[in-house]
Amino acid sequence: MTTLMNRGFLSIVIVVALLACVPFLTASNSVLNFLVTGLLLTLAGQGWNVLGGYGGQYSFGHAAFFGTGAYATAILQVRYGFNAWPAFAIGIAAGAAVGAIIGAMTFRSGLRGSYFALVTLAFAEVLRIVASVAPFTGAGTGTLIKLNVGAQAMQFQSRAAFYWMILALVAIALVVTRLIEQSRFGAWLVAVRENQDAARALGVDVTRVKLGAMTVSAALAAAAGCFYAQYFLFIDSGIAYGTWISVEALLAPIIGGIGTVFGPLLGAMMIKVLGEAAKHLIGDAPGLDLVLYGMVLILIVAFAPRGIAGIVAQVQGWLTPKKGKPHG
Amino acid sequence: MSILIDRRKFLQTSALTAAAAASGTMAAPSILRAQSAGVKIGLLAPVSGALAYSGQQGRLGAQLAVDEINAAGGIKSMNGAKLDPVLGDAQSTPDGGNAEVEKMNSAGVSAIVGGFASGICLATTQTAARYDLPYIVDVGVTDSIVTRGLKNTFRFGPGFGVITKAAIENLITINNNANKPAKTVMIVHEDSAFGAGLAKLLNTALPAGGFEILDTIAHPTPTRDFNNVVLKIKAANPDIVIPANYYNEYVLLARTMQQQKVRPKAAIYSVLGGAASSYKFVKEFNEAAQYIMDCNHWFDPRNAKALELKKKVEAAGQFFTYEVYLNYSCVLLLADAIERAKSADRAAITAALASSTFANHIMPYGPTKFVDGQNTGAAPANTQIIGNDIQVILPEAFASAKPVFPLPPA
Amino acid sequence: MHLTILIPAILNGLLTGAVYALIALGLTLVYGVLHIINFAHGAMLTAALFAAFFMHKLLGLDPYIAVFILSPAFFALGYALQRFVIGPAAHGSDSNILLVTLGLSVVIENAMLHFFRADTRTIDVPYGFSVVPVAGAYLSVPRLVGFGVAVLVAVLLWALLTRSDTGKAIRAVAKEKLGAELSGIDVSHIYAVTFGLGAACVAIAACLLIPTYYVNPHVGTGFVLVAFTIVVLGGMGSIPGALIGGLFVGVVESLCGLYLGESLGQIGIFLMFILVLLFRPSGLMGERA
Repeated sequence: MTTLMNRGFLSIVIVVALLACVPFLTASNSVLNFLVTGLLLTLAGQGWNVLGGYGGQYSFGHAAFFGTGAYATAILQVRYGFNAWPAFAIGIAAGAAVGAIIGAMTFRSGLRGSYFALVTLAFAEVLRIVASVAPFTGAGTGTLIKLNVGAQAMQFQSRAAFYWMILALVAIALVVTRLIEQSRFGAWLVAVRENQDAARALGVDVTRVKLGAMTVSAALAAAAGCFYAQYFLFIDSGIAYGTWISVEALLAPIIGGIGTVFGPLLGAMMIKVLGEAAKHLIGDAPGLDLVLYGMVLILIVAFAPRGIAGIVAQVQGWLTPKKGKPHG
Repeated sequence: MSILIDRRKFLQTSALTAAAAASGTMAAPSILRAQSAGVKIGLLAPVSGALAYSGQQGRLGAQLAVDEINAAGGIKSMNGAKLDPVLGDAQSTPDGGNAEVEKMNSAGVSAIVGGFASGICLATTQTAARYDLPYIVDVGVTDSIVTRGLKNTFRFGPGFGVITKAAIENLITINNNANKPAKTVMIVHEDSAFGAGLAKLLNTALPAGGFEILDTIAHPTPTRDFNNVVLKIKAANPDIVIPANYYNEYVLLARTMQQQKVRPKAAIYSVLGGAASSYKFVKEFNEAAQYIMDCNHWFDPRNAKALELKKKVEAAGQFFTYEVYLNYSCVLLLADAIERAKSADRAAITAALASSTFANHIMPYGPTKFVDGQNTGAAPANTQIIGNDIQVILPEAFASAKPVFPLPPA
Repeated sequence: MHLTILIPAILNGLLTGAVYALIALGLTLVYGVLHIINFAHGAMLTAALFAAFFMHKLLGLDPYIAVFILSPAFFALGYALQRFVIGPAAHGSDSNILLVTLGLSVVIENAMLHFFRADTRTIDVPYGFSVVPVAGAYLSVPRLVGFGVAVLVAVLLWALLTRSDTGKAIRAVAKEKLGAELSGIDVSHIYAVTFGLGAACVAIAACLLIPTYYVNPHVGTGFVLVAFTIVVLGGMGSIPGALIGGLFVGVVESLCGLYLGESLGQIGIFLMFILVLLFRPSGLMGERA
């Protein structure tokens, strides 16, 4: 147990435990809702981070997995009478499967860099278009999950329950990321990111490593999609497969610090806080808050090129020698 | 130069409404505390993002109503309590709208008006229902918004079902009155909830009404080029073309038809056409707009208050669009309910809305009666663009002109 | 389907494709040299459309005349953006450039939303509805002009890149940045020039579009996704590739729309895009990596 804790899990336990206390500190559902959407973004961002941050494969199409998870959960319940809980699990599996399929096609063709990014975008667009015309997704009308409040239908009356649920998912994502980071698989993944050809020369099965990362990545993004469907009970093709989620999923880890366990969480919260703060500061002037938001985004990049995690690391670097502790 | 004037006008209106909002928000504690606190109401509109134009128009209408009520002495049964608007931007997404509803709830609003898009309204009404917070849907025409059994949700305007039914009945009436010159129809619709849902209903109802549907063409929003669609229309040569899409696509379609010299024999008859009953379209593309009919939300052209509001909106440099008068009407409906509830209490307002017989409004509706949250008096009107104006041609009780049907020879 | 529809549909596709190509030209140039995916491209197109709109509305300038003011103005704007915003802020890292251009697009779009409101605006020019009868259909004159200008711009740009000193410097930087730097080329200047050229292409495209299209704060985004596919299909950085890719995508879009319906038809571009990438990753015209 102690060794486990020492191996970097203690920070996860502390962060999650602290976050879990929030509902006891505030009764405000608007705060909880804010955090739920922040954690939703964290989950999708963590998915992106596994592939993009650790594996160096930038995807512009995580909507493909988010949307598949969302649609699978919703359609299984609405059309096939599934209970929400197994539907949720199948949704995650479906997203992972789509990730594996897209990964198999693209990695085998040797696509990387911008080509990989744009081909994932194209896959997401294909799925969006199909969902916007196929009758079984409800086509243009979208899919509405029947309102049926109760834990058995995964429709909680209290926002706190939803909050704990998404927090649990995020906790799993954090642990999975840490496990990957510390495993041999993680080392291969980083090797692929740093220099694919060198990694191959050292005997790493590059395609398989990337494929594994993509599947895990897709599963996490799909979990976010499943949660979205369950939380809002309505999805259509523009919501589920829209470019907005692909963009936000990559924004969170890049702002927070790519290739770090807490980067997506930091980034997602930063994005959300920034959006709210800008709204608050500007008041009711349509668009102006987003102008401010965009400018701060550019400034963050200009002054914190390695993300928030980069700043944290830097500050730690300044602090550690003073305390005379060995680094690491 | 004109942009300067436009912007100044815009600034004036926003200054006006801001002042009104301020007198509601800030003055409430100091001046009104002695008599009664203001009644907080949430005004939710997608003022940024893809639906920003509709959202901004809706917000304008709602604020004009708030200003009017407050200027006329507020809620009389509550010692002249003023309406205190809490503005929210749904950012054109369901989660954006949802977050605003949460905030409005925390801010202690007594009711919410708005949402605009069906997708947003589905999310926001359901969140408001958690807090038994009365919610008046301003537009959101998808019928599932009011058929989900949410007790807090009310829609003053008509939904899809009613609009489509009226559209088909009116088309048959117009056709019969002109000795049935039209038999064949072609539908061009956008492919999201609104257009696709409509096309589905039209496809079952029109054949039953004796029309033959030659083709149904779905297109995405945005669509950049309508030449292919127009080629298909030209080849099929239908008597009537039925477009159901948003403003930009509608204008592109009408312009392309004009350019390709494609003119259906009998009519362009839209159902919830994005531009078909828009003053902007009439002004900017008068030739392409001529004689286009529409079955859509519309105000009562015989109502003096409606015309007065129209003048006010136009004086502010804006067009008098359906978002404006629907939001305006919804706020008045809410004020009427608060007046009768004699309280800012949510349950009391919900009950007052459910039993509303709101009468003195500017819409061409039947008597107001809510059944499961839907106003059964709500109805669309049929309009036709004739010359530089938009005339109401049906229902007859509100008509300002006779229909021009079939189209006069070019 | 009957030829009286098929032929006009192909011609239409070519006309639409030419404007796509023009937008893609700017994107491919920036990609080829700076190796960045410019997410602000759509917002720049929107800004250019607004500029063309206001030139017409306030100064009464026809877009075909305004283009001679707007393209140098946008060149300067693009130059300044790369030199003073994107370059310094991005610290040369891909993910940062991505964020900066994303941030820029958010800023530009919403600034326009704030100052011009969300209204859809159109201009009325005397030739807006002029047509030429071809093969039983009518081809729009402003769209034909657009086609001609797009081809001309592609040829000029290609000539600039292959013949002029600046063009040679741009190509040198694109091929071997370090080497170019060592041989005395001011790389950040060349970067900015390239970005400026991309912006100028967008300004030209805007002036060609506005007579038959419309502008609102969100109009640019719709074009960019298509432009991305063209850039990749044509081979990233290839000027003739962007032109041919644009025309090709225009025709594919048109025909898929015709046969599959406008909604499902969009799928054609992306499916073709995926297939090309899977089987010929360097694009149709690109050099083998």
